[in-house]
Amino acid sequence: MAVAAVKEYQFAPADTMDKFHGAQLLYIGWEDHLMFCAPFAFPFPPTMRFGDIIAGVLPGVFGYHPDFAQIDWSKVEWLKSGQPWTPDVEKSLADNGLKHKDVIRFRTPGLTGIKGSFS
Amino acid sequence: MDMQVAKKKLGLKERYAVMTRGLDWQPSYQKMEDIYPYIAYEGIKIHDWDKWEDPFRLTMDAYWKYQAEKERKLYSVLDAYIQSNGHLNVTDARYLNTVKLFLSGISPLEYVAHRGFAHAGRQFPGPGPRVACLMQSLDEIRHAQTQIHAISNYNKYYNGMHDFHHAHDRVWFLSVPKSFFDDAITAGPFEFMVSIGFSFEYVLTNLLFVPFVSGAAYNGDMGTMTFGFSAQSDEARHMTLGLEVIKFILQQDPANVPIVQRWIDKWTWRGYRVLTLVAMMMDYMLPKRTMSWKEAWEVYFEQNGGALFKDLARYGIKMPDCAAQIALEKDHLSHQAWSTFYNYGAATNFHTWMPDEDEMAWLSAKYPNSFDKHYRPRYEFWREQAAKGNRFYNKTLPMLCQTCQIPLVFTEPGDPTKICYREVDYKAEKYHFCSDHCKKIFEDEPEKYVQAWMPVHQIYQGNCFPEGTDPTVEGFDPLAAVLQYYHLEHGRDNLDFDGSEDQKNFEAWHGQATKNV
Repeated sequence: MAVAAVKEYQFAPADTMDKFHGAQLLYIGWEDHLMFCAPFAFPFPPTMRFGDIIAGVLPGVFGYHPDFAQIDWSKVEWLKSGQPWTPDVEKSLADNGLKHKDVIRFRTPGLTGIKGSFS
Repeated sequence: MDMQVAKKKLGLKERYAVMTRGLDWQPSYQKMEDIYPYIAYEGIKIHDWDKWEDPFRLTMDAYWKYQAEKERKLYSVLDAYIQSNGHLNVTDARYLNTVKLFLSGISPLEYVAHRGFAHAGRQFPGPGPRVACLMQSLDEIRHAQTQIHAISNYNKYYNGMHDFHHAHDRVWFLSVPKSFFDDAITAGPFEFMVSIGFSFEYVLTNLLFVPFVSGAAYNGDMGTMTFGFSAQSDEARHMTLGLEVIKFILQQDPANVPIVQRWIDKWTWRGYRVLTLVAMMMDYMLPKRTMSWKEAWEVYFEQNGGALFKDLARYGIKMPDCAAQIALEKDHLSHQAWSTFYNYGAATNFHTWMPDEDEMAWLSAKYPNSFDKHYRPRYEFWREQAAKGNRFYNKTLPMLCQTCQIPLVFTEPGDPTKICYREVDYKAEKYHFCSDHCKKIFEDEPEKYVQAWMPVHQIYQGNCFPEGTDPTVEGFDPLAAVLQYYHLEHGRDNLDFDGSEDQKNFEAWHGQATKNV
């Protein structure tokens, strides 16, 4: 459905990739750990290695949680747009098929937050 | 000899007719559609503007007289409150954060409402709704002014209020109320009347003003309380206007019903999402609580709103579908909201804190189905960490909903352990939403929301730093630069209530007022 308007109503989207100085947006959420109130938004270069996110970015972001140190990254389950997905940690974001404003989540089996409260 | 005959006075009804409809005229050399260019494009059909029943008989001359009298009283109470250092009589300095939230989140909306009603009133060909909109437009600018005056006294003593309007246009969470009203005033005049006049003023206003005003009364804030009472007669008039607008539009043409239903569905949901701020204020920010958010929702929406929609059924209008999801969220909304502000307490213009033992017990009692299970463990962990000097501050920016602009903090309807994610691909771009209802609002008018000024994305685009900032220099601290752009002072306006300047000052001044030091 179009906007009801008195004349043509077309505007450029405010958040296209060309506005992010060479970065693309990637959203990352950690399932079952709602102490982090929402998934995070990151501006990453498309050439960034996926493994560098896990090793270099996520510890600073999620490390406050006592579960974080216990994550076995070989067992982590990933979702992209809600569907099961397997990243290649050696490849870049672009080569992993991640586009601007994609959303990924990871589930850490066995870890369910503070006292099992999903917090 | 001529007899002196007393001039016959007009009766109230005649006088009203002369002063409103009597001022209208039919144009002779201009076309109606040129004078009222916005009246047709929304698809609403009005056949007879004379069928408009004026919900209240108030003329402009009486309006000025009546409002001036009310404001004289309001300002004399405010003066007395200020001169007796009334600010020291509030229950606890934490209460002042409620006032900060109100001033930066709500008062600027009163001003926008003023503009909106002035605009809508100008567009209606019928003199009845035009006069009613004019008066509401004046009410709204008066409310903006009296709120600012009532609260300005606190600004002399406490932090975070010094540049509330600047903050309203920039601070990340204030984009939620701001974008809500921007959406309404950029709609056509009929949608504006349904969104603000009906959905907000009639259906949801009791959930906004009653909590703030009774919260003020319960917590010793006589200034804000007096403002609330002063505005009450205006609010009653606004509610009557909102209801009359709906009934008038619906009676004019059956083709109007589905359009109005879509607007009611949209604006009930959008208004409810803004009320997230009120929910957390009621359950967390008032040192002395009035009632829980859940109780307020049950009384003011489920009972009163339920009766209203039963009444509107005869026009073909039904309860918005979103009511079912809101009922599922009522056990969780305020806790998820306060957790969010506790996360991002370094980027707010008010202080945050963890509830104490008594407050946790109150929350357990009010929310037996959710608090102990889902939220208490989180809070206890945060409290322990804060006691060890490791207070949790989330420094990574969150993902936002494209429609309501709230971070994706809400859980799946019926499953409070999973964040609710929704997305849409539109013209080669991806858009994300907090809920099915925000997603549907986008899908109905995508062109409107693709332009949204999303605070997180704007920060990453480099648009939220003070002019001249170079984000590429070594050691650049984006949070510090964003706070400067917000005109907020780190360590003074933000962070935890414990240890804040507000807390120390209130304690010292209150001590001077009550003890011999």
